[in-house]
Amino acid sequence: MNSIMNTQSTREKIRISDLHAFYGESHILHGIDLSIKQGELVTLLGRNGSGRSTTLRAIMNMVGKRTGSININGHETIDMSSHRIAHLGIGFCPEERGIFSSLNVEENLMLPPNVRSDGMSVEEIYEMFPNLAERRKSQGTRLSGGEQQMLAMARILRTGANILLLDEITEGLAPVIVQKLAEVLTKLKHRGLTILLVEQNFRFAAPIADRHYVMEHGHIAEEVHAHELAAKTELLNTYLGV
Amino acid sequence: MLHGYALGAVMATFLGINLFGLFGQLLVGLINGSFYALLALGLAIIFGLLKIINFSQGALYMLGAFTAWMALEYLQINYWWALFLVPLTVGAFGILLERFLIRPIANEDHLYSLLLTFGVALILQGLFTDWFGSSGLPYAIPEELKGGTKLPFMYLPNYRAWIIIFSLTVCAATWFMIEKTKLGAYLRAGTENPQLMQAFGINVPLIVTLTYGFGVGLAGLAGVLAAPVYSVSPEMGSNILIVVFAIVVIGGMGSIGGAILTGLAMGIIEGLTKYFYPEASNTVIFLVMVLVLLVKPSGMFGKEA
Repeated sequence: MNSIMNTQSTREKIRISDLHAFYGESHILHGIDLSIKQGELVTLLGRNGSGRSTTLRAIMNMVGKRTGSININGHETIDMSSHRIAHLGIGFCPEERGIFSSLNVEENLMLPPNVRSDGMSVEEIYEMFPNLAERRKSQGTRLSGGEQQMLAMARILRTGANILLLDEITEGLAPVIVQKLAEVLTKLKHRGLTILLVEQNFRFAAPIADRHYVMEHGHIAEEVHAHELAAKTELLNTYLGV
Repeated sequence: MLHGYALGAVMATFLGINLFGLFGQLLVGLINGSFYALLALGLAIIFGLLKIINFSQGALYMLGAFTAWMALEYLQINYWWALFLVPLTVGAFGILLERFLIRPIANEDHLYSLLLTFGVALILQGLFTDWFGSSGLPYAIPEELKGGTKLPFMYLPNYRAWIIIFSLTVCAATWFMIEKTKLGAYLRAGTENPQLMQAFGINVPLIVTLTYGFGVGLAGLAGVLAAPVYSVSPEMGSNILIVVFAIVVIGGMGSIGGAILTGLAMGIIEGLTKYFYPEASNTVIFLVMVLVLLVKPSGMFGKEA
Protein backbone atom coordinates (compact mmCIF):
# COMPACT_ATOMS: atom_id res chain seq x y z
CA MET A 1 0.00 0.00 0.00
CA ASN A 2 2.70 2.39 1.05
CA SER A 3 4.91 1.59 -1.90
CA ILE A 4 2.03 2.20 -4.29
CA MET A 5 1.50 5.61 -2.75
CA ASN A 6 5.18 6.34 -3.01
CA THR A 7 5.58 5.43 -6.65
CA GLN A 8 2.57 7.53 -7.42
CA SER A 9 3.94 10.48 -5.50
CA THR A 10 7.34 10.25 -7.18
CA ARG A 11 5.67 10.63 -10.53
CA GLU A 12 2.82 13.03 -10.35
CA LYS A 13 2.53 15.66 -7.63
CA ILE A 14 -0.39 17.66 -8.99
CA ARG A 15 -3.05 16.55 -11.44
CA ILE A 16 -5.85 18.97 -12.23
CA SER A 17 -8.79 17.95 -14.41
CA ASP A 18 -11.63 20.09 -15.66
CA LEU A 19 -11.16 22.72 -12.97
CA HIS A 20 -13.71 25.50 -12.89
CA ALA A 21 -13.43 28.33 -10.38
CA PHE A 22 -15.75 31.14 -9.45
CA TYR A 23 -15.58 34.36 -7.45
CA GLY A 24 -19.18 35.10 -6.55
CA GLU A 25 -21.03 35.23 -9.87
CA SER A 26 -17.92 35.50 -12.03
CA HIS A 27 -16.76 32.31 -13.67
CA ILE A 28 -12.95 32.67 -13.86
CA LEU A 29 -11.52 29.27 -14.77
CA HIS A 30 -13.22 27.29 -17.54
CA GLY A 31 -11.98 23.73 -17.32
CA ILE A 32 -8.24 23.65 -16.59
CA ASP A 33 -6.28 20.43 -17.13
CA LEU A 34 -2.66 20.21 -16.11
CA SER A 35 -0.24 17.92 -14.39
CA ILE A 36 3.11 18.40 -12.71
CA LYS A 37 5.64 15.71 -11.86
CA GLN A 38 7.91 15.62 -8.88
CA GLY A 39 10.94 17.87 -9.26
CA GLU A 40 9.48 19.79 -12.16
CA LEU A 41 9.44 23.56 -12.36
CA VAL A 42 6.42 24.60 -14.39
CA THR A 43 5.23 28.10 -15.15
CA LEU A 44 1.83 29.55 -15.87
CA LEU A 45 2.27 32.29 -18.42
CA GLY A 46 -0.33 34.64 -19.79
CA ARG A 47 -1.62 38.14 -19.69
CA ASN A 48 -3.14 39.79 -16.65
CA GLY A 49 -6.60 38.43 -16.04
CA SER A 50 -6.01 35.16 -17.90
CA GLY A 51 -6.61 33.17 -14.69
CA ARG A 52 -3.05 32.26 -13.60
CA SER A 53 -3.28 33.54 -10.03
CA THR A 54 -6.78 32.15 -9.76
CA THR A 55 -5.42 28.72 -10.70
CA LEU A 56 -3.02 28.85 -7.74
CA ARG A 57 -5.70 30.14 -5.43
CA ALA A 58 -8.10 27.46 -6.66
CA ILE A 59 -5.52 24.77 -5.81
CA MET A 60 -5.45 26.19 -2.27
CA ASN A 61 -9.25 26.44 -2.18
CA MET A 62 -9.06 30.20 -1.74
CA VAL A 63 -11.70 30.96 -4.37
CA GLY A 64 -15.44 31.32 -3.88
CA LYS A 65 -16.32 27.99 -5.46
CA ARG A 66 -14.49 25.35 -7.47
CA THR A 67 -15.51 22.19 -9.32
CA GLY A 68 -13.62 19.44 -11.13
CA SER A 69 -10.73 17.49 -9.70
CA ILE A 70 -7.47 18.53 -8.04
CA ASN A 71 -5.32 15.61 -7.06
CA ILE A 72 -2.30 16.37 -4.86
CA ASN A 73 0.15 13.64 -3.93
CA GLY A 74 -2.55 11.10 -4.73
CA HIS A 75 -5.23 12.82 -2.62
CA GLU A 76 -8.37 14.28 -4.14
CA THR A 77 -8.69 17.76 -2.60
CA ILE A 78 -11.71 19.30 -4.29
CA ASP A 79 -13.79 18.97 -1.11
CA MET A 80 -10.95 19.69 1.32
CA SER A 81 -10.74 22.92 3.27
CA SER A 82 -7.75 25.17 2.72
CA HIS A 83 -5.83 24.28 5.89
CA ARG A 84 -6.04 20.53 5.20
CA ILE A 85 -4.70 21.03 1.67
CA ALA A 86 -1.62 22.81 3.02
CA HIS A 87 -0.81 19.77 5.12
CA LEU A 88 -0.40 17.67 1.96
CA GLY A 89 2.93 19.46 1.65
CA ILE A 90 2.03 22.64 -0.20
CA GLY A 91 3.58 26.03 0.36
CA PHE A 92 1.77 29.02 -1.12
CA CYS A 93 3.36 32.39 -1.77
CA PRO A 94 0.68 34.92 -2.72
CA GLU A 95 1.19 37.70 -5.23
CA GLU A 96 0.95 40.42 -2.58
CA ARG A 97 3.50 38.39 -0.54
CA GLY A 98 1.28 38.39 2.51
CA ILE A 99 3.83 39.52 5.06
CA PHE A 100 1.99 40.22 8.32
CA SER A 101 2.61 43.75 9.55
CA SER A 102 1.69 42.94 13.15
CA LEU A 103 4.41 40.27 13.26
CA ASN A 104 8.15 40.74 13.20
CA VAL A 105 10.40 38.93 10.72
CA GLU A 106 11.03 35.99 13.00
CA GLU A 107 7.35 35.64 13.91
CA ASN A 108 6.45 35.77 10.22
CA LEU A 109 9.02 33.08 9.54
CA MET A 110 7.80 30.82 12.33
CA LEU A 111 4.08 31.39 11.75
CA PRO A 112 3.13 28.65 9.26
CA PRO A 113 2.96 25.24 10.93
CA ASN A 114 5.16 22.45 9.60
CA VAL A 115 3.39 20.53 6.88
CA ARG A 116 6.11 17.88 6.52
CA SER A 117 8.92 16.82 8.76
CA ASP A 118 11.99 17.63 6.66
CA GLY A 119 11.74 21.40 6.24
CA MET A 120 14.77 23.66 6.19
CA SER A 121 16.05 24.62 9.60
CA VAL A 122 16.06 28.25 10.66
CA GLU A 123 19.89 28.21 10.37
CA GLU A 124 19.72 26.98 6.75
CA ILE A 125 17.11 29.63 5.98
CA TYR A 126 19.23 32.43 7.44
CA GLU A 127 22.20 31.09 5.50
CA MET A 128 20.20 31.22 2.28
CA PHE A 129 18.75 34.66 3.11
CA PRO A 130 21.30 36.46 5.33
CA ASN A 131 19.33 39.74 5.25
CA LEU A 132 16.50 38.11 7.16
CA ALA A 133 18.82 37.08 9.97
CA GLU A 134 20.03 40.64 10.38
CA ARG A 135 16.51 42.01 10.53
CA ARG A 136 14.83 39.25 12.48
CA LYS A 137 13.34 41.66 15.03
CA SER A 138 12.08 44.20 12.50
CA GLN A 139 8.40 44.57 11.76
CA GLY A 140 7.63 42.35 8.75
CA THR A 141 6.38 45.10 6.49
CA ARG A 142 9.35 47.40 7.26
CA LEU A 143 11.53 45.21 5.04
CA SER A 144 12.30 46.22 1.47
CA GLY A 145 10.25 44.61 -1.28
CA GLY A 146 13.06 42.18 -2.05
CA GLU A 147 13.49 41.20 1.60
CA GLN A 148 9.76 40.71 1.99
CA GLN A 149 9.82 38.38 -0.99
CA MET A 150 12.70 36.44 0.54
CA LEU A 151 10.72 36.19 3.77
CA ALA A 152 7.61 35.00 1.93
CA MET A 153 9.72 32.28 0.30
CA ALA A 154 11.65 31.43 3.43
CA ARG A 155 8.60 30.85 5.58
CA ILE A 156 7.17 28.21 3.26
CA LEU A 157 10.54 26.46 2.93
CA ARG A 158 10.73 26.21 6.71
CA THR A 159 7.47 24.24 6.82
CA GLY A 160 8.88 21.39 4.76
CA ALA A 161 6.48 22.02 1.88
CA ASN A 162 7.75 20.16 -1.19
CA ILE A 163 5.23 21.57 -3.62
CA LEU A 164 5.55 25.33 -4.00
CA LEU A 165 2.92 27.56 -5.57
CA LEU A 166 4.61 30.88 -6.27
CA ASP A 167 2.68 33.87 -7.57
CA GLU A 168 4.63 36.62 -9.36
CA ILE A 169 7.59 36.46 -7.04
CA THR A 170 9.78 38.76 -9.16
CA GLU A 171 7.20 41.50 -9.59
CA GLY A 172 8.62 44.94 -8.93
CA LEU A 173 12.02 43.70 -7.74
CA ALA A 174 15.50 44.89 -8.73
CA PRO A 175 17.41 42.73 -11.25
CA VAL A 176 19.97 41.66 -8.66
CA ILE A 177 17.21 40.27 -6.45
CA VAL A 178 15.50 38.59 -9.38
CA GLN A 179 18.86 36.94 -10.08
CA LYS A 180 19.04 35.78 -6.46
CA LEU A 181 15.54 34.30 -6.68
CA ALA A 182 16.49 32.41 -9.84
CA GLU A 183 19.42 30.88 -7.94
CA VAL A 184 17.16 29.94 -5.05
CA LEU A 185 14.62 28.29 -7.33
CA THR A 186 17.32 26.33 -9.13
CA LYS A 187 18.67 25.16 -5.78
CA LEU A 188 15.20 24.08 -4.67
CA LYS A 189 14.64 22.23 -7.93
CA HIS A 190 17.87 20.31 -7.36
CA ARG A 191 16.58 19.35 -3.95
CA GLY A 192 13.63 17.71 -5.69
CA LEU A 193 10.96 20.28 -4.88
CA THR A 194 8.06 20.64 -7.27
CA ILE A 195 7.33 24.23 -8.26
CA LEU A 196 4.39 25.85 -10.01
CA LEU A 197 5.28 29.42 -10.84
CA VAL A 198 3.02 32.19 -12.07
CA GLU A 199 5.34 34.58 -13.83
CA GLN A 200 5.16 37.71 -15.93
CA ASN A 201 8.91 37.97 -16.38
CA PHE A 202 9.52 35.46 -19.14
CA ARG A 203 13.28 36.12 -19.18
CA PHE A 204 13.38 35.04 -15.55
CA ALA A 205 11.28 31.93 -16.10
CA ALA A 206 12.60 30.64 -19.42
CA PRO A 207 16.06 29.44 -18.32
CA ILE A 208 14.92 27.69 -15.15
CA ALA A 209 11.57 26.13 -16.13
CA ASP A 210 10.99 22.65 -17.57
CA ARG A 211 7.60 23.43 -19.04
CA HIS A 212 5.23 26.32 -19.57
CA TYR A 213 1.47 26.45 -19.70
CA VAL A 214 0.11 29.46 -21.50
CA MET A 215 -3.26 30.62 -20.20
CA GLU A 216 -5.88 32.71 -21.90
CA HIS A 217 -9.45 33.55 -20.78
CA GLY A 218 -9.41 30.92 -18.05
CA HIS A 219 -8.20 28.10 -20.33
CA ILE A 220 -4.88 26.45 -20.93
CA ALA A 221 -4.17 27.63 -24.47
CA GLU A 222 -0.81 26.00 -25.05
CA GLU A 223 1.76 23.77 -23.41
CA VAL A 224 5.39 24.46 -24.29
CA HIS A 225 8.35 22.32 -23.23
CA ALA A 226 11.65 24.02 -22.53
CA HIS A 227 13.25 22.48 -25.62
CA GLU A 228 10.48 23.87 -27.84
CA LEU A 229 10.96 27.43 -26.71
CA ALA A 230 13.07 28.51 -29.66
CA ALA A 231 10.64 27.05 -32.17
CA LYS A 232 7.59 28.53 -30.48
CA THR A 233 8.84 32.03 -29.71
CA GLU A 234 6.52 33.55 -32.30
CA LEU A 235 3.50 31.81 -30.80
CA LEU A 236 4.41 32.82 -27.25
CA ASN A 237 4.81 36.42 -28.31
CA THR A 238 1.28 36.43 -29.69
CA TYR A 239 -0.15 35.00 -26.48
CA LEU A 240 1.84 37.14 -24.11
CA GLY A 241 1.62 40.28 -26.19
CA VAL A 242 5.27 41.21 -25.80
CA MET B 1 -3.65 58.53 66.55
CA LEU B 2 -5.23 61.88 67.31
CA HIS B 3 -2.24 63.61 65.79
CA GLY B 4 -2.49 61.59 62.66
CA TYR B 5 -6.15 62.33 62.37
CA ALA B 6 -5.58 66.07 62.80
CA LEU B 7 -2.88 66.01 60.14
CA GLY B 8 -5.22 64.12 57.90
CA ALA B 9 -7.92 66.71 58.44
CA VAL B 10 -5.53 69.54 57.59
CA MET B 11 -4.30 67.80 54.48
CA ALA B 12 -7.76 66.60 53.57
CA THR B 13 -8.45 69.99 51.99
CA PHE B 14 -5.76 71.23 49.68
CA LEU B 15 -6.33 74.32 47.53
CA GLY B 16 -10.00 73.98 48.31
CA ILE B 17 -10.14 70.44 47.06
CA ASN B 18 -11.64 67.85 49.34
CA LEU B 19 -9.06 65.11 49.01
CA PHE B 20 -11.27 62.46 50.61
CA GLY B 21 -13.93 63.11 48.03
CA LEU B 22 -11.43 63.30 45.20
CA PHE B 23 -9.67 60.05 46.06
CA GLY B 24 -12.99 58.39 46.66
CA GLN B 25 -14.13 59.28 43.16
CA LEU B 26 -10.76 58.27 41.73
CA LEU B 27 -11.19 54.86 43.32
CA VAL B 28 -14.69 54.50 41.91
CA GLY B 29 -13.26 55.59 38.57
CA LEU B 30 -10.49 53.01 38.72
CA ILE B 31 -12.95 50.25 39.52
CA ASN B 32 -15.31 51.24 36.74
CA GLY B 33 -12.24 51.53 34.54
CA SER B 34 -11.21 47.97 35.42
CA PHE B 35 -14.58 46.69 34.22
CA TYR B 36 -14.44 48.88 31.13
CA ALA B 37 -10.98 47.50 30.36
CA LEU B 38 -12.05 43.86 30.73
CA LEU B 39 -15.15 44.29 28.61
CA ALA B 40 -13.47 46.45 25.99
CA LEU B 41 -10.61 43.95 25.76
CA GLY B 42 -13.05 41.14 24.98
CA LEU B 43 -14.81 43.29 22.39
CA ALA B 44 -11.50 44.28 20.79
CA ILE B 45 -10.30 40.67 20.52
CA ILE B 46 -13.57 39.57 18.96
CA PHE B 47 -13.69 42.52 16.59
CA GLY B 48 -10.09 41.92 15.52
CA LEU B 49 -10.61 38.38 14.31
CA LEU B 50 -14.32 38.12 13.53
CA LYS B 51 -14.80 41.74 12.40
CA ILE B 52 -18.11 41.75 14.20
CA ILE B 53 -19.25 44.14 16.86
CA ASN B 54 -20.42 41.83 19.60
CA PHE B 55 -23.53 43.50 20.96
CA SER B 56 -24.12 40.60 23.32
CA GLN B 57 -20.94 41.38 25.32
CA GLY B 58 -22.95 43.28 27.94
CA ALA B 59 -25.56 40.55 28.21
CA LEU B 60 -22.83 37.93 28.63
CA TYR B 61 -21.34 40.05 31.42
CA MET B 62 -24.78 40.01 33.01
CA LEU B 63 -24.97 36.26 32.37
CA GLY B 64 -21.63 35.90 34.19
CA ALA B 65 -22.95 37.75 37.23
CA PHE B 66 -26.19 35.74 37.28
CA THR B 67 -24.36 32.45 36.78
CA ALA B 68 -22.19 33.28 39.80
CA TRP B 69 -25.31 34.19 41.77
CA MET B 70 -27.16 31.01 40.76
CA ALA B 71 -24.10 28.86 41.40
CA LEU B 72 -23.91 30.20 44.96
CA GLU B 73 -27.64 30.12 45.58
CA TYR B 74 -28.50 26.72 44.10
CA LEU B 75 -25.25 24.78 44.09
CA GLN B 76 -23.32 26.36 46.96
CA ILE B 77 -20.41 27.04 44.60
CA ASN B 78 -18.48 29.83 46.28
CA TYR B 79 -17.01 32.99 44.79
CA TRP B 80 -13.54 31.57 44.17
CA TRP B 81 -14.84 28.57 42.25
CA ALA B 82 -17.22 30.87 40.38
CA LEU B 83 -14.29 33.05 39.37
CA PHE B 84 -12.83 29.98 37.69
CA LEU B 85 -15.95 28.16 36.45
CA VAL B 86 -18.20 31.00 35.30
CA PRO B 87 -15.85 32.34 32.59
CA LEU B 88 -15.60 28.78 31.29
CA THR B 89 -19.38 28.40 31.28
CA VAL B 90 -19.98 31.74 29.61
CA GLY B 91 -17.12 30.99 27.20
CA ALA B 92 -18.72 27.64 26.31
CA PHE B 93 -22.03 29.41 25.77
CA GLY B 94 -20.19 31.82 23.47
CA ILE B 95 -18.64 28.94 21.54
CA LEU B 96 -22.09 27.48 20.88
CA LEU B 97 -23.32 30.94 19.89
CA GLU B 98 -20.46 31.39 17.42
CA ARG B 99 -20.64 27.90 16.03
CA PHE B 100 -24.40 27.69 15.47
CA LEU B 101 -25.62 31.27 15.06
CA ILE B 102 -22.78 33.57 14.03
CA ARG B 103 -20.83 31.28 11.71
CA PRO B 104 -23.74 30.49 9.36
CA ILE B 105 -23.99 34.20 8.55
CA ALA B 106 -20.27 34.97 8.74
CA ASN B 107 -20.03 35.58 5.00
CA GLU B 108 -22.95 37.99 4.94
CA ASP B 109 -22.65 41.69 5.65
CA HIS B 110 -21.36 42.20 9.21
CA LEU B 111 -24.50 44.16 9.95
CA TYR B 112 -26.32 40.83 10.18
CA SER B 113 -24.08 39.42 12.89
CA LEU B 114 -24.24 42.73 14.75
CA LEU B 115 -28.03 42.53 14.74
CA LEU B 116 -27.87 38.85 15.67
CA THR B 117 -25.73 39.50 18.73
CA PHE B 118 -28.01 42.41 19.63
CA GLY B 119 -30.98 40.04 19.41
CA VAL B 120 -29.23 37.50 21.62
CA ALA B 121 -28.59 40.27 24.16
CA LEU B 122 -32.26 41.26 24.20
CA ILE B 123 -33.36 37.64 24.61
CA LEU B 124 -30.95 37.02 27.49
CA GLN B 125 -31.96 40.24 29.20
CA GLY B 126 -35.64 39.42 28.72
CA LEU B 127 -35.26 35.90 30.07
CA PHE B 128 -33.44 37.02 33.20
CA THR B 129 -35.94 39.82 33.81
CA ASP B 130 -38.71 37.25 33.54
CA TRP B 131 -37.00 34.84 35.92
CA PHE B 132 -35.55 37.16 38.52
CA GLY B 133 -37.29 40.50 38.07
CA SER B 134 -35.45 43.73 37.40
CA SER B 135 -34.78 44.90 40.95
CA GLY B 136 -31.37 43.29 41.34
CA LEU B 137 -30.08 40.55 43.61
CA PRO B 138 -27.40 40.83 46.30
CA TYR B 139 -24.19 38.80 46.16
CA ALA B 140 -22.05 38.80 49.30
CA ILE B 141 -18.41 39.78 49.24
CA PRO B 142 -16.36 36.65 49.94
CA GLU B 143 -15.26 36.31 53.57
CA GLU B 144 -11.56 36.58 52.68
CA LEU B 145 -11.99 40.00 51.06
CA LYS B 146 -14.21 41.71 53.61
CA GLY B 147 -12.91 44.71 55.49
CA GLY B 148 -10.53 47.28 54.18
CA THR B 149 -7.40 49.34 54.64
CA LYS B 150 -7.22 52.91 55.86
CA LEU B 151 -4.97 54.96 53.59
CA PRO B 152 -4.00 58.61 54.26
CA PHE B 153 -6.81 60.09 52.17
CA MET B 154 -9.28 57.32 51.91
CA TYR B 155 -10.63 54.05 53.11
CA LEU B 156 -9.84 51.29 50.59
CA PRO B 157 -12.19 48.31 50.85
CA ASN B 158 -10.27 45.10 50.22
CA TYR B 159 -12.71 43.81 47.64
CA ARG B 160 -12.33 46.97 45.56
CA ALA B 161 -8.56 46.68 45.67
CA TRP B 162 -8.95 43.07 44.58
CA ILE B 163 -11.08 44.07 41.57
CA ILE B 164 -8.42 46.48 40.38
CA ILE B 165 -5.48 44.13 40.91
CA PHE B 166 -7.18 41.06 39.53
CA SER B 167 -8.67 42.65 36.42
CA LEU B 168 -5.43 44.44 35.59
CA THR B 169 -3.55 41.16 35.96
CA VAL B 170 -5.99 39.44 33.61
CA CYS B 171 -5.68 42.30 31.12
CA ALA B 172 -1.89 42.24 31.28
CA ALA B 173 -1.76 38.46 30.89
CA THR B 174 -4.11 38.62 27.91
CA TRP B 175 -2.04 41.38 26.35
CA PHE B 176 1.12 39.32 26.85
CA MET B 177 -0.47 36.22 25.36
CA ILE B 178 -1.60 38.09 22.28
CA GLU B 179 1.48 40.22 21.68
CA LYS B 180 4.28 37.89 22.75
CA THR B 181 3.34 34.25 22.18
CA LYS B 182 2.94 31.98 19.19
CA LEU B 183 -0.78 31.58 19.86
CA GLY B 184 -1.03 35.36 19.88
CA ALA B 185 0.86 35.51 16.58
CA TYR B 186 -1.88 33.32 15.08
CA LEU B 187 -4.44 35.74 16.41
CA ARG B 188 -2.64 38.80 15.11
CA ALA B 189 -1.99 37.24 11.72
CA GLY B 190 -5.57 35.99 11.54
CA THR B 191 -6.77 39.51 12.21
CA GLU B 192 -4.80 40.70 9.18
CA ASN B 193 -5.28 37.93 6.64
CA PRO B 194 -7.27 34.91 7.79
CA GLN B 195 -7.43 33.42 4.30
CA LEU B 196 -3.66 33.23 3.95
CA MET B 197 -3.34 31.84 7.47
CA GLN B 198 -5.63 29.04 6.48
CA ALA B 199 -3.66 28.42 3.29
CA PHE B 200 -0.63 27.93 5.55
CA GLY B 201 -2.42 25.03 7.21
CA ILE B 202 -3.87 26.75 10.27
CA ASN B 203 -7.42 25.83 11.22
CA VAL B 204 -8.76 29.38 11.21
CA PRO B 205 -12.44 28.52 11.85
CA LEU B 206 -11.37 26.76 15.05
CA ILE B 207 -9.30 29.76 16.12
CA VAL B 208 -12.25 32.03 15.42
CA THR B 209 -14.52 29.92 17.60
CA LEU B 210 -12.02 29.76 20.47
CA THR B 211 -11.34 33.48 20.20
CA TYR B 212 -15.02 34.29 20.46
CA GLY B 213 -15.25 31.95 23.43
CA PHE B 214 -12.30 33.65 25.09
CA GLY B 215 -13.61 37.15 24.39
CA VAL B 216 -17.00 36.44 25.94
CA GLY B 217 -15.33 34.43 28.71
CA LEU B 218 -13.69 37.73 29.72
CA ALA B 219 -17.17 39.28 29.91
CA GLY B 220 -18.28 36.39 32.12
CA LEU B 221 -15.26 36.95 34.35
CA ALA B 222 -16.09 40.65 34.63
CA GLY B 223 -19.61 39.62 35.61
CA VAL B 224 -18.36 37.51 38.54
CA LEU B 225 -16.08 40.32 39.68
CA ALA B 226 -18.96 42.78 39.48
CA ALA B 227 -21.52 40.66 41.33
CA PRO B 228 -20.45 41.70 44.86
CA VAL B 229 -20.13 45.43 44.09
CA TYR B 230 -22.95 46.18 41.68
CA SER B 231 -26.25 44.47 42.23
CA VAL B 232 -26.87 41.50 39.96
CA SER B 233 -29.60 42.73 37.64
CA PRO B 234 -30.72 42.04 34.07
CA GLU B 235 -29.96 45.61 33.00
CA MET B 236 -26.39 45.71 34.31
CA GLY B 237 -25.02 44.70 30.91
CA SER B 238 -26.92 47.08 28.69
CA ASN B 239 -26.08 50.01 30.97
CA ILE B 240 -22.35 49.47 30.77
CA LEU B 241 -22.18 48.32 27.15
CA ILE B 242 -22.82 51.70 25.55
CA VAL B 243 -19.92 53.19 27.52
CA VAL B 244 -17.70 50.25 26.59
CA PHE B 245 -18.49 50.75 22.91
CA ALA B 246 -17.45 54.37 23.22
CA ILE B 247 -14.21 53.19 24.83
CA VAL B 248 -13.47 50.74 22.03
CA VAL B 249 -14.04 53.53 19.52
CA ILE B 250 -11.78 55.92 21.47
CA GLY B 251 -9.04 53.30 21.82
CA GLY B 252 -9.27 52.23 18.18
CA MET B 253 -11.28 49.27 16.96
CA GLY B 254 -9.42 46.01 17.46
CA SER B 255 -6.44 47.48 19.34
CA ILE B 256 -5.74 45.23 22.33
CA GLY B 257 -3.49 47.54 24.33
CA GLY B 258 -5.65 50.49 23.30
CA ALA B 259 -8.79 48.89 24.73
CA ILE B 260 -7.13 48.22 28.10
CA LEU B 261 -5.50 51.64 28.52
CA THR B 262 -8.53 53.54 27.26
CA GLY B 263 -10.83 51.54 29.54
CA LEU B 264 -8.81 52.51 32.59
CA ALA B 265 -8.29 56.09 31.48
CA MET B 266 -11.98 56.64 30.80
CA GLY B 267 -12.89 55.21 34.21
CA ILE B 268 -10.54 57.70 35.83
CA ILE B 269 -11.74 60.62 33.71
CA GLU B 270 -15.30 59.72 34.60
CA GLY B 271 -14.35 59.62 38.29
CA LEU B 272 -12.62 63.01 38.12
CA THR B 273 -15.58 64.52 36.33
CA LYS B 274 -17.89 63.15 39.03
CA TYR B 275 -15.87 65.11 41.55
CA PHE B 276 -15.30 68.38 39.69
CA TYR B 277 -18.46 68.64 37.62
CA PRO B 278 -20.85 65.81 38.50
CA GLU B 279 -23.47 66.95 35.97
CA ALA B 280 -21.18 65.92 33.11
CA SER B 281 -20.03 62.58 34.51
CA ASN B 282 -22.44 60.55 32.38
CA THR B 283 -21.54 62.32 29.17
CA VAL B 284 -17.80 63.00 29.49
CA ILE B 285 -16.76 59.72 27.81
CA PHE B 286 -18.95 60.47 24.82
CA LEU B 287 -17.50 63.95 24.65
CA VAL B 288 -14.03 62.41 24.54
CA MET B 289 -15.24 60.04 21.84
CA VAL B 290 -16.49 62.91 19.70
CA LEU B 291 -13.20 64.77 20.11
CA VAL B 292 -11.09 61.71 19.30
CA LEU B 293 -13.19 60.92 16.25
CA LEU B 294 -12.81 64.49 15.01
CA VAL B 295 -9.03 64.46 15.42
CA LYS B 296 -8.14 60.82 14.74
CA PRO B 297 -11.04 58.82 13.29
CA SER B 298 -9.23 55.50 13.69
CA GLY B 299 -9.02 55.98 17.47
CA MET B 300 -6.08 56.77 19.74
CA PHE B 301 -4.32 53.44 19.23
CA GLY B 302 -5.96 52.35 15.97
CA LYS B 303 -4.11 52.00 12.71
CA GLU B 304 -5.02 54.44 9.98
CA ALA B 305 -7.22 52.67 7.47
